[in-house]
Amino acid sequence: MFGKLSLSAIPFHEPIIMGTLLMVSLGMAALLGWLTFQRKWGYLWSEWFTTVDHKRIGIMYVILAIVMLVRGFTDAIMMRAQQAIASADAAGYLPPHHYDQIFTAHGVIMIFFVAMPFVVGLMNLVVPLQIGARDVAYPFLNSLSYWLTACGVVLVMISMFVGDFAATGWLAYPPLSELKFSPSVGVDYYIWALQLSGLGTTLSGINFIVTILRMRTPGMKMMQMPVFTWTALVTNILIVAAFPVLTVALALLAADRYLDMHFFTNELGGNAMLYVNLIWIWGHPEVYILILPCFGAFSEIVATFSGKPLFGYKSMVYATAGIGIASFVVWLHHFFTMGSGADVNAFFGISTMIISIPTGVKLFNWLFTMYRGRIRFTLPMMWTIAFMVTFTIGGMTGVLLAVPGADFVLHNSLFLIAHFHNVIIGGVLFGLFAALNYWFPKAFGFKLEERWGKASFWCWVVGFYMAFMPLYVLGLMGMTRRMNHYANPAWQPYLVVAAVGAVIIALGIGFMLLQFAVSIRDRAENRDLTGDPWGGRTLEWATSSPAPFYNFAVLPQVEELDQFWADKEHKRAYKRHEHYADIHMPRNTGAGLIMAAFGTVFGFAMVWHIWWLAVVGLVAMVGTFIARAYDTDVDYYVPGAEVEKIERARLVPLHKLIENVDPASAGQKVA
Amino acid sequence: MGQHGHSVAHKHNAHGSLKTYVVGFALSLILTVLSFACVMSGAVPQHLVMPGIVVFCIAQLLVQLAFFLHMSVAPGQRDNLSIGVFTLLIIAIIVVGSLWVMHNMNLYMMHPVTQSMSSSIG
Amino acid sequence: MSTAITANHGVVAHGGAHDHEHHDDGSKTLLGFWIYLMSDCLIFSGLFATFAALGHATAGGPSGKELFDLKYVFGETMLLLISSFTFGLAMLNMHAGQRNKVIAWLFVTFLFGAGFVGMEIHEFHNLIVFEHAGPDRSAFLSAYFGLVGTHGLHVTCGLIWLLAMMHMVGKFGLNDTVQRRLSCLSLFWHFLDLVWICVFSFVYLMGVL
Repeated sequence: MFGKLSLSAIPFHEPIIMGTLLMVSLGMAALLGWLTFQRKWGYLWSEWFTTVDHKRIGIMYVILAIVMLVRGFTDAIMMRAQQAIASADAAGYLPPHHYDQIFTAHGVIMIFFVAMPFVVGLMNLVVPLQIGARDVAYPFLNSLSYWLTACGVVLVMISMFVGDFAATGWLAYPPLSELKFSPSVGVDYYIWALQLSGLGTTLSGINFIVTILRMRTPGMKMMQMPVFTWTALVTNILIVAAFPVLTVALALLAADRYLDMHFFTNELGGNAMLYVNLIWIWGHPEVYILILPCFGAFSEIVATFSGKPLFGYKSMVYATAGIGIASFVVWLHHFFTMGSGADVNAFFGISTMIISIPTGVKLFNWLFTMYRGRIRFTLPMMWTIAFMVTFTIGGMTGVLLAVPGADFVLHNSLFLIAHFHNVIIGGVLFGLFAALNYWFPKAFGFKLEERWGKASFWCWVVGFYMAFMPLYVLGLMGMTRRMNHYANPAWQPYLVVAAVGAVIIALGIGFMLLQFAVSIRDRAENRDLTGDPWGGRTLEWATSSPAPFYNFAVLPQVEELDQFWADKEHKRAYKRHEHYADIHMPRNTGAGLIMAAFGTVFGFAMVWHIWWLAVVGLVAMVGTFIARAYDTDVDYYVPGAEVEKIERARLVPLHKLIENVDPASAGQKVA
Repeated sequence: MGQHGHSVAHKHNAHGSLKTYVVGFALSLILTVLSFACVMSGAVPQHLVMPGIVVFCIAQLLVQLAFFLHMSVAPGQRDNLSIGVFTLLIIAIIVVGSLWVMHNMNLYMMHPVTQSMSSSIG
Repeated sequence: MSTAITANHGVVAHGGAHDHEHHDDGSKTLLGFWIYLMSDCLIFSGLFATFAALGHATAGGPSGKELFDLKYVFGETMLLLISSFTFGLAMLNMHAGQRNKVIAWLFVTFLFGAGFVGMEIHEFHNLIVFEHAGPDRSAFLSAYFGLVGTHGLHVTCGLIWLLAMMHMVGKFGLNDTVQRRLSCLSLFWHFLDLVWICVFSFVYLMGVL
């Protein structure tokens, strides 16, 4: 009846997990109670859970990412604490099986449920506004994508308390991840969480490609799209091209575990290296899926806060496209040591070094944009500069690892760990924080305050260097990754420093949450009335903050790059129109949430081999989709009169504000 | 856009006609028979069987793309076509790359039988 | 594109012009569906790569040469090819506005598709029960069942979709939405035939060499 599931699946004997469960339950109960007390459920359901508005979906993605960042970071600091004490005779406080789950969960969560939703959320928030569209191409699919991602999150979180999570490392290499060596449900949680959220990611990739190709505002040519939109386009192409391979690799692993097949087993002809090969065909493009939108965000930020057009727009676009293609021919550098011959290793080593060239081009473009600019050191700009320094270091250690000979020494050592945290924290995370500070007013209508933001910034930067520079040294000293315990006492001082670094990062996260809280409290002081708080150049700043649900009352006409900037220069911006047409909008729907809920049931049932429930979940999921296809009431028109009312409420006071101000810098001065 | 915007001429290009379906079907039929005959008849010289299968396969893919899926270089199809070509590139990278990587690894890491067999090739 | 521009300008955004609005733009949906098909294509390319890498790993078990019956496969191929053609006829009738004929041809397509799936199930059953060559026997057979089975699963999904479309054509008639969905299904169905061409060429025909 319940497959492998029984009460013994709950780890009552683990005090750490039970304590966490208690705290999480109390927190959830408090949150749910508060929501009920405030009678917010109706509002949440009709305005947020069922929304198909890309801006709200984007916000929900980012909230999900930040919640999971806290979870993933908790894992990180537990590992740092363990390694700081588990030297020589000390065993530390985490038993190996728990520790292995923690490092696996940390990697999985940070990549799939922090970086990915954050990036996708950002694209949701910004791309349609930047290209002057009213929504994405398929609003319902967009909602479905979000809820499928959430479904993956739910499965990972459940795994902490019911059963266990994979103890295999974040990519679950076989043969360790095969049933024979990982007989518990951990790997199954891993497989189904990633398959379901991966489906969502692929759908949102398709959605955004079509949005960018087909829904640009009249006149906007491809080479007039903002750089962030370009990077989003390339990223989504990479998503659609790479995620199917992940799907295949995980499906075959699932076939091995569920159907006794032999794709990657040791017996009967299976080949574990094939899995490694497939997963990295996805895995390397994935790295660029994460970093490219951040490059795009930096490009927008540098141009805005230097008060200059971006240096080398075309080279930026070509570099982005070049990185996109090249990211498909470097995957083997993740497993030089598997024993390919010199020719294969040389090919992938050289291609890896080549891919750093377009990245270098970008760095110089940003520097030349700043050169002789009037730079304003706001928070987004500070994150950008921290990124440029940090990412350069990480990139160069990457080129070191690209040399196959050197990689044989450094493979799976802490040097590698330091390298990829150096690019992912220094590149992706700093980029996301820069973007968060930059686009926050567009999402909510008020700026984030700077004092706690700066405190958070300095903690993050200092904490990062303290936590990861020692790891380079440890790697060269021969310490490998994922160690629960070590015998060499010479490593301990470095690990203690790293742990202190992690504590400083914890302060950074705390200050960031405080920054949000203080900003919300003092929102009246930081209100953005113009829609253009930074003196921006691209279309998203042409509409109000927060943008109305239809984005643009009249779609902007575009003739050049940085059209909004030109409009401000020529005093054409913020035009009031005589007549506003009706606007066609998609209707909210709960179908995406319901499908994902059944998807969660399906995933959970598959994990525990509850076959009848899995069938029910799957049939209900497909059935909901088909039922939705019969719903003909999927859109409506906003009457022109209502649009006019909303626009007038914004533009009349705005025109008074900017009457005697230089329009090009209207935003800054007013704000 | 729906059906309103289509001129008659456009309609023919984009959706095909009975003629295109019949021609496509006939060509596919012939190519399928040729593929199977390549192997089953025994009349084809050994070294030509493999190339034969590949050529007939590609030919039939092209026939069906043109006659059933109505792919063409027409302006309206350009997006689809370039997406298709890009996909082809990625497929080539995935398939050829994987085979090269796996073959090369087997060459160096697997048991001596494979090694002696493969070293005569490479 | 040009229609989209007029719609976006909202020159006449009342009455009949609503039908032209961008949210119902069929070309957008077809582009997205085409991209989806390409991603599906990459799933198959991953499976083909796996099959190619593991094709010789029979682990002492039977090889393709001993297992495959080409005449049977030729039969399967014919069913799928004919179903592709009959779907084309359904589409021609859709453009001609012949609602009942559309349903009839979709039904014929469904029968051929179901025949294909039936033959494949029979083939698998044969292999597993009588030849003792199930997917758990060797990596080669895992790869074979994985690849061919995934294709079969796709055809099965196509059959379910066909049923839904037949019902929708009956219920809603050939309105824009139904036409758009039929166009997508048509792409899907022809695409599955393309994949099958690769399957019979590289799995079966080359498998018996």
